[in-house]
Amino acid sequence: MTDVATTIPLTGDARRSNKSVLRRLVANPQAVICLVWLLGVLLVGALAPWLATSDPNTTFLAETNAGPGTPGHPLGVDSAGRDVLNRLIWGARESAMAVAVVTVVSVALGVSTGLIAGFYRGRFESIAGFITDVVLSMPGIVLLIALYALTGPDVLAAMAVYGVLLAPSYYRLVRSIVLGVRNELYVDAARVVGLSDWRIVGRHVLWAVRAPVIIQSSFVMASGIGIEAGVSFLGLGDPTSSSWGIMLQQSFNSIYNNPILVLWPALVVSITILALILFGNALSDVLQASARSKVLPPRARRRALAAAREALPGPTTEPTPLGSSDDVILSIRDLRIGYPAPDNSVNQVVHGVDLDVRRGEIHGLVGESGSGKSQIAFSTLGILPKEALVVSGHVMLDGEDLLADDTKLAEARGTRIGYVPQEPMTNLDPSFTIGRQLVKGLRAARPMSKADARKRLEELLVSVGITDPDRVMGLYPHEISGGMAQRVLICGAIASQPDIIVADEPTTALDVTVQAEVLEILRNLSLERGMAMILVTHNLGVVADLCDTVSVMKDGLIVESADVEELFSNPREEYTQQLLASSRSVELMEDNDE
Amino acid sequence: MSEPLLQVTDLVVRFTGRRGAYKEVIRGVSFDLAAGETLSIVGESGSGKTTIGRAILGLAPVTAGTISFRGSPINTLSRADRRRQAKDIQVVFQDPYSSLNPAMTVEAILVEPLRAAGIEGGRNRVQELLDAVGLPANAGTRYPREFSGGQRQRIAIARALALEPAVIVCDEPTSALDVTTQATVLNLFKDLQEATGVAYLFISHDLGVVNRVSDRIAVLHEGALVELGPARQIATAPRHPYTRRLQMAAPVADPTIQRRRREERLLMLEQSDSQST
Amino acid sequence: MTRHLLFNLGRSVLVLFVVTFIVFALMYGDGYGIAYSVLGLTATPEAVEAKVVALGLDRPLLTQFGDWLGGAFTGDLGRSFYTGQSVSEALSTRVPVTLSVVIPTLVLTAVISVLLGVTAAVRGGVVDRVVQVISVGGTAVPSFIVAIALVFTFAIRWRFFPATGYTKLSDSPTAWLASVALPMVALLIGAVASAAQQFRTAVLDTIGRDYVRTLRARGVRESNIIFGHVLRNAAAPGLTVISLTVFGLLGGAVFIEQVFVLPGMGQLANMSAQISDVPMVMGTVLVMVLIVLVVNFTTDLAINLLNPKARTR
Repeated sequence: MTDVATTIPLTGDARRSNKSVLRRLVANPQAVICLVWLLGVLLVGALAPWLATSDPNTTFLAETNAGPGTPGHPLGVDSAGRDVLNRLIWGARESAMAVAVVTVVSVALGVSTGLIAGFYRGRFESIAGFITDVVLSMPGIVLLIALYALTGPDVLAAMAVYGVLLAPSYYRLVRSIVLGVRNELYVDAARVVGLSDWRIVGRHVLWAVRAPVIIQSSFVMASGIGIEAGVSFLGLGDPTSSSWGIMLQQSFNSIYNNPILVLWPALVVSITILALILFGNALSDVLQASARSKVLPPRARRRALAAAREALPGPTTEPTPLGSSDDVILSIRDLRIGYPAPDNSVNQVVHGVDLDVRRGEIHGLVGESGSGKSQIAFSTLGILPKEALVVSGHVMLDGEDLLADDTKLAEARGTRIGYVPQEPMTNLDPSFTIGRQLVKGLRAARPMSKADARKRLEELLVSVGITDPDRVMGLYPHEISGGMAQRVLICGAIASQPDIIVADEPTTALDVTVQAEVLEILRNLSLERGMAMILVTHNLGVVADLCDTVSVMKDGLIVESADVEELFSNPREEYTQQLLASSRSVELMEDNDE
Repeated sequence: MSEPLLQVTDLVVRFTGRRGAYKEVIRGVSFDLAAGETLSIVGESGSGKTTIGRAILGLAPVTAGTISFRGSPINTLSRADRRRQAKDIQVVFQDPYSSLNPAMTVEAILVEPLRAAGIEGGRNRVQELLDAVGLPANAGTRYPREFSGGQRQRIAIARALALEPAVIVCDEPTSALDVTTQATVLNLFKDLQEATGVAYLFISHDLGVVNRVSDRIAVLHEGALVELGPARQIATAPRHPYTRRLQMAAPVADPTIQRRRREERLLMLEQSDSQST
Repeated sequence: MTRHLLFNLGRSVLVLFVVTFIVFALMYGDGYGIAYSVLGLTATPEAVEAKVVALGLDRPLLTQFGDWLGGAFTGDLGRSFYTGQSVSEALSTRVPVTLSVVIPTLVLTAVISVLLGVTAAVRGGVVDRVVQVISVGGTAVPSFIVAIALVFTFAIRWRFFPATGYTKLSDSPTAWLASVALPMVALLIGAVASAAQQFRTAVLDTIGRDYVRTLRARGVRESNIIFGHVLRNAAAPGLTVISLTVFGLLGGAVFIEQVFVLPGMGQLANMSAQISDVPMVMGTVLVMVLIVLVVNFTTDLAINLLNPKARTR
């Protein structure tokens, strides 16, 4: 239940209707330019018999090797006396056909097998997997060359074979998507309501597959253009045809006599491939857009921040005075955090928060998802996501403003402020042993020898209830349980003896019995070492168990802040009362009389 | 007492892994569910509670044992026969984000079960369903992404109700929700039960949630039931040590009571330690 | 892990058999067609009949494949239908030419694209956008068109380099370098463009992981995080990129050899195919498949060695 509001990725195209996809494509200039070119090529190919002034092989011997701009031959005449523009027009037709063959063959083979393998799995999937391996081990170009011995100069046959060779890319793509969709609960739900497999595939699976297949196809078409040109260039095409590849080959053979000839087919091929790739990229931007905010480039970032600061209410009220500096270890003033909105303005998620944490105090920061509580925790450590924008505010550690001074923040991070994350398993580097990670973290904060660091960490591991620290330090993260991983992470946070720990939902990912143990550990550590702590949580039970003081957050603001006893016995704000009532309604009070 | 609606006898579920290795997730579980009743299955992660629900829904393989509905076994039915039985047992899943197809409008989502069952004229029914779960009448034309987690869960509940089932398996239906939303969704479950007489098999890790909605509670630990009894007894006076540990571990939102519970819990753990040594 | 590797080895060998058999069956399927091509279209039916028998093409396909395979194990891949030259001998002069272009290009591609990809991912901003634009452009233009452009500018216009031909490294290192410089550049552009993009994605993916945030919160220096942790975890996808690059370069080399008239494998395959010199074609196919499988197997091995989960299994 993390409340980083900006990280809900939208999967697939599914989230938008067809109409708006088209509209957004049209709004994208890159996509429009590419589309115009591609449609143009298609149209020229289709209308070649009418557009071309003559047959591709009609010769104008008198004008052989005439340069561009010759009357009647705008792009000139080639070494065999044929009009270049005419041949390009006919070539568009040949290239379009070649690309169509590649795409149809590979989509038909790859998508159908991918659907079946992903949906039914079992033996079909193993066999298809092996065939995929076989096909991928085929030396593509050399195979096409080898088949020339068999088929002769038939580019369409070669393209069909190339389609077979490309089918595995569709197979893998479709299969992995179907495997994902298959595990989506909405597919389970469709099964439970009694939909047949056919209808599940038709209604749910095909939907998810469609957009990625279309995007992939634009890249496959690009490679089809390239390979048609290449194969013809090698001399495997029909020399009487006028495909772009044949034009490249023939003009390259006369490159010493008439170098300019090679330019036209090379340009047309490259531009068409470029258009297909760029169009594919634009499509995937539009179809697979995510709700994640972009990282703004520096200038836009400065502009967005300036605009957001401009819009602030201004210093109408005196800032809340800092708490007595001896007593307060961490003090946050007027903290505002936002994320870039699509129009490059700032979408604030924390709207001016003041917070004081006294030495040795456990301060609960409680709120529902999206309330901004984790954002505050991250900002004290300078580990907000890259796209986040700190609009204003101060984070004072012992009187020093960390937000104003990056070096101070870097010094404090890990040495004076410790961090306990939410998800134990993903917060350990899977490639290193527990021991190496802990030692590295400790030595980064407090320079000491490896042996000393290891010794101190072993003692700490024992103190958090790990009885065989030596063995555990030799293990990799995947070899320990979630509860153990969280103890390890707590050790990592306290090893440098920081003044304050920031714990972001430290027990949310754990089972209740393990949660109780971890809470016990945190309480004892705080008592023994006098460490202050900011405990971010959504669970009022955890607050009641561990905290001395509580701040209740809602929509990016602290609505109420009080001693734990006071807040639970006498909540002033309506929202706090509501939160308490909801929590208690599902609780095991002994005097529960429902 | 009349014949139970749903009866699970000696259920065993085994998943085979690579190279013949297998894992027994459910190891001989038996319970029954009466019409209109709410039975909860409580357990921690890895206890197999979700697997039981999936086995009943036909989404997980039954290795041994029987699952009977109104006296006749359903775990041996062919998939086609099973589909015909679909209208009796429905489901609400935990994650309201992945349980609704993002590409479909709410109306399409709600019509899907009706169509699958061959019921025509879904429009009016959709309005009824939206009304029953407290969503506005115009919700039908919108997409799931336009709704909050709690509202999505209401859509999922409406889908489960569409075929007027006798049983709804609720797999952690409120764990992904904020506490205030959780409370209102739980109320909705209760209201719907009163109105329609549906029985719930309620799966959760949270004894507190379960205590609020259940008639009876079954406690699952490592694939086996350790205790089954009336909700109030299990929640407030558990007999089995594991249930007691579970019950004492959940913190309550009251510092004074929680302090007392904490001390009791530590005492309990010390006692069990000294007993075991 | 040993078990996994043995399984993969067995699978590779099986793939080798299947692929070579399929290609063999396609190529040798029509014995009379081959004989016709060898003799020319004017050949009499009797002459064709005699040629089929002489070349052993009248035997059952499986027998022919068995013989070929048996020979392959001892290094005998048959003889050219035209010149009678031993196929292995021809390959032994051709393969080094191709590899002397592909291997240095591979090394350069790896170095340049790792640098570009990592810088783009870590720095972001302008560097990132420049790399992305170059990547799209570089992948859009086929390598043989780049090669034509290079020939046009550097060999014909400015005469910096020889347009065609090949000198052995052992004969004259400088002449060798001059003969392979343009081919390498032509291959390098496309390879770097696509590899850099993929390295960038792999690094970005790793930088977004939770444990990177935790390392930052522990006070570990950014350079240490990037070099010690991010690169370590991006190594496995990175190796896959390198192996794909090998295949891309081998395919590209076939075209490049045509443009620069380099006497490499690709050119051999192309020339032989156009005159139906089937044993020669089959030989180059075998070498290519072997390279693909060896690269795949070593990549898999390396990825397994890098992954603690696989290592401790």
